[in-house]
Amino acid sequence: MTDEAQAFLSVRDLKVHFPTDDGLVRAVDGLSFELSRGRTLGIVGESGSGKSVTSLAVMGLHGVGQYGRGRARISGEIRLAGQELTTAAPDEVRRLRGREMAMIFQDPLSSLHPYYTVGAQISEAYRVHHPVGKAAARARAVELLGRVGIPRPDRRFDDHPHQFSGGMRQRVMIAMALVNNPDLLIADEPTTALDVTVQAQILDLIRDLQREFGSAVIVITHDLGVVAELADDILVMYAGRCVERGPAERVFRAPQHPYTWGLLGSMPRLDRERGARLTPVRGAPPSLINVPSGCAFHPRCPYAELTAGASRTAVPELREVARRHFAACHLPVADRDRIWEAGR
Amino acid sequence: MSAPPHEPGAAGSAPADITADLPAKAIEGRSPGRIAWLRLRRDKVALVGGAVVVLLVLVAVFAPQIVGLLGHPPDQLHEDQIDPNLGTPIHPFGGISRHFLFGVEPVNGRDMFSRVVYGARVSLLVAFLAAVVAVLLGTLFGIVAGYFGGWVDALVSRVMDLLLAFPQLLFIIALVSVVPDSLWGFTGSGVRMAVLIVVIGFFGWPYVGRIVRGQTLALREREYVEAARSLGAGRGYILFRELLPNLIAPITVYTTLMIPTNILTEAALSFLGAGVKPPTPSWGQMLATAVTVFQADPMFMIIPGLAIFVTVLAFNLFGDGVRDALDPKGTR
Repeated sequence: MTDEAQAFLSVRDLKVHFPTDDGLVRAVDGLSFELSRGRTLGIVGESGSGKSVTSLAVMGLHGVGQYGRGRARISGEIRLAGQELTTAAPDEVRRLRGREMAMIFQDPLSSLHPYYTVGAQISEAYRVHHPVGKAAARARAVELLGRVGIPRPDRRFDDHPHQFSGGMRQRVMIAMALVNNPDLLIADEPTTALDVTVQAQILDLIRDLQREFGSAVIVITHDLGVVAELADDILVMYAGRCVERGPAERVFRAPQHPYTWGLLGSMPRLDRERGARLTPVRGAPPSLINVPSGCAFHPRCPYAELTAGASRTAVPELREVARRHFAACHLPVADRDRIWEAGR
Repeated sequence: MSAPPHEPGAAGSAPADITADLPAKAIEGRSPGRIAWLRLRRDKVALVGGAVVVLLVLVAVFAPQIVGLLGHPPDQLHEDQIDPNLGTPIHPFGGISRHFLFGVEPVNGRDMFSRVVYGARVSLLVAFLAAVVAVLLGTLFGIVAGYFGGWVDALVSRVMDLLLAFPQLLFIIALVSVVPDSLWGFTGSGVRMAVLIVVIGFFGWPYVGRIVRGQTLALREREYVEAARSLGAGRGYILFRELLPNLIAPITVYTTLMIPTNILTEAALSFLGAGVKPPTPSWGQMLATAVTVFQADPMFMIIPGLAIFVTVLAFNLFGDGVRDALDPKGTR
């Protein structure tokens, strides 16, 4: 945690709990990470592991009592450029949204308003934060549309979302998110709804734009291929907690957590021999109301026996196994390396 | 997943294969309004209804000119048209003749055509403005209740339940009897009309409010609303720029179907003596007068009855057509 001082976004012990009739849903339970400008963090995990809840918490989109629907209980610290967001006034956070931090959603068709032209939506997003006239906002929107690779942006400005293809829509979403030059961009499953070929283009675009704008980017995905493309650092989430965090290259080369192994093993790879079967992670994600005792992953972990019962009783701490590489696992480090090498 | 070829030299420009070879011809985008109009144009029944509605509106607007051309002043008495012994029109079928297109009123001989034409003014004005009042109130309360939820929703919903359970006809009759002769700067029939508009509109808004609230509940969870919030949109923007445009279609449909109901309510109230005061002509009031002489001069009842019938039917046909045209799942 040496670069904590200059971290642009710093999340400390974030907890997002939803009280329901069935009990307390611990969607995110003690998550910490830092992110500097110009870096990309990939948050990976299964459905329901708390990835999206984390991003919405950072954006302040389910703040307490906000808009009458947020019954989420949020605790911990979220600091953006030094400013604490969890205790800030809702209106203050609203002013930061769009200007300091913006978000790209999973499904670009449902995230664009069907009634307005894309140009109107982008220029409106600009005018929320900048006191400029319609013409200036239009110019800015056209510039951004061109920047994200929409051909003939001045003409496409006046088209409605349904007149765009999926990939083009996602480009429009990206243009809208970037129109105010935010320092933090959160992409929540940005390519899940797209074709594989279009996926690659969009990932390229996000990477190029990040280089150009120098923003901090969080990519949330269940697709390890996406983070392999984009991320400098990877954070693996399981049941609302971080189980492994480290530089992308380290996590891919020497993963330290059985769950990460499971994710990597269930991904098709070109360098495997043909006909080799994929190995899925056994079982289903745990209920977030009754999280298993000890290590939340132990009921699904093939190596739980090797921990002498520790994984059943004690919650593993996130320990640094190499520089900036953390993992929360009871397995002795020697065993981990042995198992990972054997499994390759 | 393998990385696609990526040229760092392109300095962040989009992959070239996307921008190339697009057909030069721009495809014309059809706005939702235009699609609805194209659908409506193919619906003959609705078009006829719409034409009649337009005609009625024109008649109401240009009532003085039309009466000047084809009739007599609505309050002018024509005792020469009345049989002095029986009190009924001298000509058959309620006194219909070249000079009196819809005949004359029994006893005093006022021109029925003029009175029906002027009656259209009252009916349409009351029905339309009451609908406007209902739609404004209903949209505002419905959208606020639906979006904010919680105690706001509970309060608005209970008020709506209360109003829907209220015996409005009896209330209006009671209210009209205590309304002073001049109010809010209106006098005479103007007061009655203003009261009718406010009261019919006030009792009508819960119907609109329920529809708007329900739609808002569904719409507020849409991703584009979330996306707008993620870009820093405020409450007012989300309510009136993000949500309201999606509510226009149901509101329009409900308005066109509410106007005929209001016409009937106004006629009923006038029939019961709680509507506009004579001598201002109104269809319901004419029906009420006709009841007493129904056996001697049935035409006196049939003419205003037909006027109400045709108007309500035309609005309903048109409203149904609008609903079909605005239905996104419509196949026609």
